[in-house]
Amino acid sequence: MSTVLQSLVNQPYKHGFVTEIEADVVPKGLNEDIIRLISAKKHEPDWLLEYRLNAYRHWLTMQEPTWSNVRYPKIDFQDIIYFSAPKPKKKLTSMDEVDPELRRTFEKLGVPLHEQKALAGVAVDVIFDSVSVTTTYKQRLAEVGIVFCSFSEAVRDHPELVRKYLGTVVPPGDNFYAALNSAVFTDGSFCYIPKGVRCPMELSTYFRINTQDTGQFERTLIVAEEGSYVSYLEGCTAPKFDTNQLHAAVVELVALDNAEIKYSTVQNWYAGDENGVGGIYNFVTKRGLCKGVSSKISWTQVETGSAITWKYPSCVLLGDNAVGEFYSVALTNHHQQADTGTKMVHIGRNTRSTIVSKGISAGFSNNSYRGLVKIGAKADNARNYSQCDSMLIGDKCGANTFPYVQVGNSSATVEHEATTSKIGEDQLFYFAQRGVGAEDAVSMIINGFCRDVFTQLPMEFAVEATKLLGLKLEGSVG
Amino acid sequence: MQRNALLEVRGLTAAVAGVEILKGIELTVRAGEVHAIMGPNGSGKSTFAKVLAGHPAYELTGGDALFDGKSLLRMAPEERARAGFFLAFQYPVEMPGVTNSSFLRLAYNTVQGARGRDELDPLEFDDYVQDKLRLLQIDPAFLERSVNEGFSGGEKKRNEILQMALLEPRLAILDEADSGLDIDALRIVANGVNRLRTPDNAVVLVTHYQRLLNYITPDYVHVMDQGRIIKTGDSQLALELERRGYDWVADEYRARQAA
Repeated sequence: MSTVLQSLVNQPYKHGFVTEIEADVVPKGLNEDIIRLISAKKHEPDWLLEYRLNAYRHWLTMQEPTWSNVRYPKIDFQDIIYFSAPKPKKKLTSMDEVDPELRRTFEKLGVPLHEQKALAGVAVDVIFDSVSVTTTYKQRLAEVGIVFCSFSEAVRDHPELVRKYLGTVVPPGDNFYAALNSAVFTDGSFCYIPKGVRCPMELSTYFRINTQDTGQFERTLIVAEEGSYVSYLEGCTAPKFDTNQLHAAVVELVALDNAEIKYSTVQNWYAGDENGVGGIYNFVTKRGLCKGVSSKISWTQVETGSAITWKYPSCVLLGDNAVGEFYSVALTNHHQQADTGTKMVHIGRNTRSTIVSKGISAGFSNNSYRGLVKIGAKADNARNYSQCDSMLIGDKCGANTFPYVQVGNSSATVEHEATTSKIGEDQLFYFAQRGVGAEDAVSMIINGFCRDVFTQLPMEFAVEATKLLGLKLEGSVG
Repeated sequence: MQRNALLEVRGLTAAVAGVEILKGIELTVRAGEVHAIMGPNGSGKSTFAKVLAGHPAYELTGGDALFDGKSLLRMAPEERARAGFFLAFQYPVEMPGVTNSSFLRLAYNTVQGARGRDELDPLEFDDYVQDKLRLLQIDPAFLERSVNEGFSGGEKKRNEILQMALLEPRLAILDEADSGLDIDALRIVANGVNRLRTPDNAVVLVTHYQRLLNYITPDYVHVMDQGRIIKTGDSQLALELERRGYDWVADEYRARQAA
């Protein structure tokens, strides 16, 4: 690979600092007592402790999955801290009372906690290690009946809603990491959009892992009642450590009749250094249930970080005429590994799904798309269109596509297209011969390649995503 | 009075993967002139064009090329382009997803900026580019396609000339601008080049065949063989080459060298 390309894709990680803050941590390791301790610290009701313990007992019987195209040393689950929370100095009554150290941390990350400074029109729930620090614009959202808060608050204030939907999309025994999450999840975001309400602003959660040896196990649950609409975005960063940290989240979405949920992720966890030391293991289960007729769930993800990414945001299209979408850009560099894609499960009639996946591999990285399109026996006239494109930068990296198609109804239409291309010397030379330097050239090539996905992101975040790809000059990044 | 030399190539040698391809090229191009470089396959014509443009695959081993009195070879490829050196590629690369309009505007504004001129916003640029499209009889829908992706041979060549029209280079080298063109496309490309000629710029046509020279009359015709220019004449030489082939030129050259 040319040195120009090399230096362009190797931008330093800007979010790798550690915040010095006193933390309340539980002892390392996992057993029923730890789970009871976490549950007690969070003053949880008995049913939730039971839910955790059942998940834990099930998890003990499960095997770590090995089918994905990623390689890593065996994880010692007894060597992880399952709960770490910054110690509150006193009880918070407003945003201004958030620990100044935390406030500075998030300001440095571009996530101001003051509502007047916050991104206009975006409400943020801020998660630091295992707990939610604060949620902005809660009052304004409450006026239209929207509940947007940390998961812990939801358990306290809206237990009936949480109990009704928790684990209905991703059951505790769904897979190894989902079971682990169900046992030890600490916080996350909860969002409830009542019937007929169109959420007036973007909702967003910002995840930050700070403490070394801590795993982050957050839980997100979004319920969109009949005819409602919400657009939701999550962002993630972590400090640079030379050890690996585990992030095993579960996200559940439920869309009822005619409801629409748009869920976007800009994932920039620390990816490890250029030799593949350190970085986050991002083992995440995300699934949306299009429960109602004509409901719609759309996943958009820009995955640039993590040492290993293992996630398949999926849609179960249960209601007739339901629509599922998955738009993904996954960039891997150095020794990063990504095995990511989606599952579109068509159950209802006239259900439609679209998959657009763009993988960019550089350095020694390995980037795989893995996707399932399943058309059930009753899914008359179901339609899927999939497009999976890979781009290689240099000749030491890999790109793979693993499409699985299962069609159980002869009236279905399933299309799959795939391409592989390479940013080569000749493309850069062509740009150069027209006066355009390598930075702008690579940026234009990558943006062109990702265009179909970036157009799905909310405006501010499309810009952010472009920057995140780390392919612009330092000076031109605002 | 003789005009100043735009391009002076002196004893230029270059190698690829350790094999010397250019073995001492001498060439002077003045403003207002049209040169044709002809020669058999593998004689080094395309290599010469790419070396002048700065393709990273070639290693310079000796000599120099002055552009407007400055060493071209010491500039980065993009600086050469900004200084007004243009290469129309024989095989333009495809850029999936990069729209032609955004590519053309970025190239145009970068070169304009380097010359201290105002950049154009998308609307202004669109007006500007429409004129050039008419000149080359290109369908405006072409702007919204990805750069060179799925273009026919003729469309690729016209896109190269379109870029030349937009960037207004002082010196343009057209590498096999005629290959793969039918007679109508050839005429359009040739007319485009003729319309872009001014007393201040110069054109070097690298070509196999005489037929392009029926439409663009060169002031000088050079024959290249084994990495050197071995004969220079006027437009009559091209007709003679068409009739007699290249062997006699090489024979003459060897005889001269032996003497």
